[in-house]
Amino acid sequence: MTATTPTPEATSVVAPRRGAPAPRRGGGRSTSRNLAGWVFVSPMLLILGLFLVLPIVMAAWVSISDWGGRGSPFASTVGFVGGENYQKLLTGGGLAQKDFATSLRNNAYYVLLVVPLQTALSLGLAVLVNRRALRGRGFFRTAFYFPSVTSSVAITVVFLFLFTASGAVNRVLAWVGIHGPNWVNDPRGVIHIVLGVFGVDSPPPALQSAPLLGLPWWQWIAGPSVSMCVFIFMAIFTTSGTFMLLFIAALQNISGEIDEAAQVDGANGRQRLFRVTIPMLRPTIFTVVTLGLIGTWQVFDQIYTGTQGGPAKTTLTPAFLSYQTSFISQNWGQGAAIAFILFAIIVALTVLQRFALRERGVPRRKRFTKGDAA
Amino acid sequence: MSTTNRRLGLAVTATAVALVLAACGGGGFDDDGGSTDAATDSTATTDGGDSGTDEGSGSGLDILIASSGDAETAAVQDAVAAWSASSGVEASVRVASDLNQELAQGFAAGTPADIFYVSTDAFPGLAANGSIKAYFDELGNKADFYPTLVDSFTYDGTPYCAPKDFSTLALVINDDQWAAAGLTEADYPTDWASLKTVAEKLATGESTALSFGPEWQRIGTFMAQAGGTLVEDGAAVVDSPANTEALTYVKDLMSAGLVRYPADIGAGWGGEAFGTGAAAMTIEGNWIVGAMKANYPDVSWTAIELPSGAAGKGTLQFTNCWGIATDSDQQADAVELVEFLTSAEQQMAFANAFGVMPSISTVADEWKTAFPEQEAFLAGADYAQGVPPVQGIADVLSDFNSQLETLSSTDPATILTSVQGNLQAIL
Repeated sequence: MTATTPTPEATSVVAPRRGAPAPRRGGGRSTSRNLAGWVFVSPMLLILGLFLVLPIVMAAWVSISDWGGRGSPFASTVGFVGGENYQKLLTGGGLAQKDFATSLRNNAYYVLLVVPLQTALSLGLAVLVNRRALRGRGFFRTAFYFPSVTSSVAITVVFLFLFTASGAVNRVLAWVGIHGPNWVNDPRGVIHIVLGVFGVDSPPPALQSAPLLGLPWWQWIAGPSVSMCVFIFMAIFTTSGTFMLLFIAALQNISGEIDEAAQVDGANGRQRLFRVTIPMLRPTIFTVVTLGLIGTWQVFDQIYTGTQGGPAKTTLTPAFLSYQTSFISQNWGQGAAIAFILFAIIVALTVLQRFALRERGVPRRKRFTKGDAA
Repeated sequence: MSTTNRRLGLAVTATAVALVLAACGGGGFDDDGGSTDAATDSTATTDGGDSGTDEGSGSGLDILIASSGDAETAAVQDAVAAWSASSGVEASVRVASDLNQELAQGFAAGTPADIFYVSTDAFPGLAANGSIKAYFDELGNKADFYPTLVDSFTYDGTPYCAPKDFSTLALVINDDQWAAAGLTEADYPTDWASLKTVAEKLATGESTALSFGPEWQRIGTFMAQAGGTLVEDGAAVVDSPANTEALTYVKDLMSAGLVRYPADIGAGWGGEAFGTGAAAMTIEGNWIVGAMKANYPDVSWTAIELPSGAAGKGTLQFTNCWGIATDSDQQADAVELVEFLTSAEQQMAFANAFGVMPSISTVADEWKTAFPEQEAFLAGADYAQGVPPVQGIADVLSDFNSQLETLSSTDPATILTSVQGNLQAIL
C-alpha cells in the first residue's frame, strides 16, 4: 500500500547520511577529503535534483501559473497568476472549493480512523507473534505480513467483489439475520446514520451555515461514508502487516532482562506491556505514525481503481482530486495547488505529531537523583 | 587524484542518468533539441518515430486510441494499414491504457501523438489551450456529419474535429419478462404515463422494472423529453421547470420501487442489471449489444425509442472525435487519414467490427439494413442532445451525478439549483 513503500522524502534523508562517513576514511587534507565526499554524494545529489527537486520546483511554478498543459511550463507564453489557484480552492466559493473541502473531509476521517487503528493493531500483532511461547510464530508472521506484499490494485478489486450488495460479506451477514448495506455504493456518512437513528435526518439550522471552506457543518460532521469505511478497513488490513514488522524489530531490541527485572519487581503482564514495553517503543511508534500519516493522506490507487471518488464524492481524496483536476479537467495550476496544500497538511501534522510524542514526564537525571536519595 | 575521482563520479552519474532517461521511454524528455538516441527506441512506431527532424515525408503518423477491446484495436489497425499502403505514409496505432494521461504527457513534452481519440469531456479543455487543431473545415466530407455531433466539437464557434462515431440512448426491454408480465408489442411505452404503467406490471419480487446509472448521462434523457437541457444560448438553464418535472418524475418512479440504480441491485451498470435479469428494462446506448452478446447471449431483448415526455422525444448522444495535435508536423497527412477513417466505407467497416454507429448520415440506411434490431438507436440521432462543449463541464456533470445518486432522498429543485450555479460559473 501507499504507506509500505518508503517515500522519496525518506530516502532523501537517508542517502546523504550514508555518503557522509566516506570523507573521514580518507584522512588526508581537509580539502581533498571534502572533494572526495562531494564526489561520492554527487550521483545521489544529481539524481535527487533531477527527479525530486526539479519536479517540485516545476510543480510549485505550475501552481502559481496559468499553464494549460501544452508545451513546457517554463515557456514564455505561460503567465504568472499569483495565488489565484490557491484562492479558488480556499476561498473561491465555487465548485472547486466545495470539491476540495469534500475531499479534505473524506481524507481526514480516513486518517483519523486508519492511523490509530493500524498502529494499535500492528503493535498488538507484533506483541502476539513476538512471544517465545507461541507455536508456529513463523506461520503467523507470514500470514499477517502477506496482505502487505500483495498489489493494492488486486486487493481493491477483491474487496469490491466482497463488498457488493450481493457479495460475500452481505451473505455472511445474512446468516446472522443482518441486512447488510450496499457497502461500496453507499454514500451515507456513518455519523449521519447514527444521528438518523435518533431521528435527526436533516441538518438543524445551526449546522446549515458553511463558514469553513464553503462546506456546511452538517457535511463536515457526516463522518466517513459506508463506502469509505470499506477503504478504511482495507487500509488497516493491508498495512498493519508492514508496521508489525517494524514493531517486531523494535521489540527484539528490548533485551529480555528488562522484562525479567520488571517481573522481579512484581509487575504483571499488563503493567509490563503498558509501563515498560510501550514506552520503550516510542521511537518506533513515531516512525509508524509518521509513515501512516503520510501514506493515508496520499491515498490514491485504491480510489483510482475502486470508486473514482464516488459514490456522491464520498471517497474523493485530495490526491485523487489533484489527478482529476489536472488530467481530466486540464486545470493544471489548480491540480498542483491541491498537491502543495496536501504537502503542507502532511508536514504540519508530522510536526504536530513529533511535538505530541516528544520525551516527556520525569527527566532521566531527576530519576537518578531520586534513586540516590533513597 | 580527487579530480579524477570527481570526473569518474560525474561520468558514472551522467551514464546513469542517460540510462534512466532512455529507460523511461515515451520520448517525453528530450525531443525538443532535435531528439537524441533516447527517443528512437522509445515508441513502437514502424520507422522509429523520430518526429523532431524530418518534416513530413517518410516519418510515421502516431495514432493513440483508447480501445474498447481487441475488435476495435484490430479494426483501427487494419484501416490505418490500408491507408498507409495506398498513401505511402507510415502510420502506427498505439492503444493507451489511460488516454487522458498519455495525451497530457505528450502535450506537455511538445511531442503529442499526431491523431488521437478526444472525448467530449476533454474536448473543451484541449481546444481552449490550443492543443488540438481546428481542421474540420478542411475535410472533404464535412457536410456528411450529423450537425448535432459537430456541435459537440465546436468551441467558440469553430468546429474542431471530425466525430468518430456515436451512440444514442434507447429503452432496452427483456422480451421474456415482457411476455411474462402479459405485455405485447402493442404495449411498448410511448409516453411517461405508459412507461409507468408497464413498469408497474414488470416489477416483480425478484426483479425491478427499470434500472439505469445514477447520472445525467441517463437521467438527462428525461430532462430532454420534458423540454429541458443544460445550456441554451450560452446561459445555464438547469433549474428550468422542465428539468424539475423530469427529476420529479424519475423520483416518483423510484419511490414507487419501479426504478432502482444498478448498484442497489448488485450490478455495476445498467447493462449488467438488465443482463442478469435483475431489471426488466434499462436505458443504454448500443454498446449494450456487444455486452449482451458476450455475457448474456441467452437473453432476448428489444430496443425501442425512449418514450416521449411533455415536449416530445428526447435522448442523449455520446461521441468521440479524431483529434489532430497542433504540434504535429504532419498535419496534412493526418487530415487525409481522418478523412479516410470517417469515410462511408470505413465507418461501415468499424460498425461491423465493433458495433458503433457511423457519424455520417449518408450511410444511415445501409447501417439500418445491416443492424435492423438497433434501429431505435439511430432514430435518436434526429433529436439527441450532446454534452455542451464548455470547459469545466466534466466537473459540473460529475457533481451533478454525485447529487443524482441521492435523488431518492433529495428535493429535485435543490439539486438543480446547485448545478445551475456551478454551470453558470463556468460559462
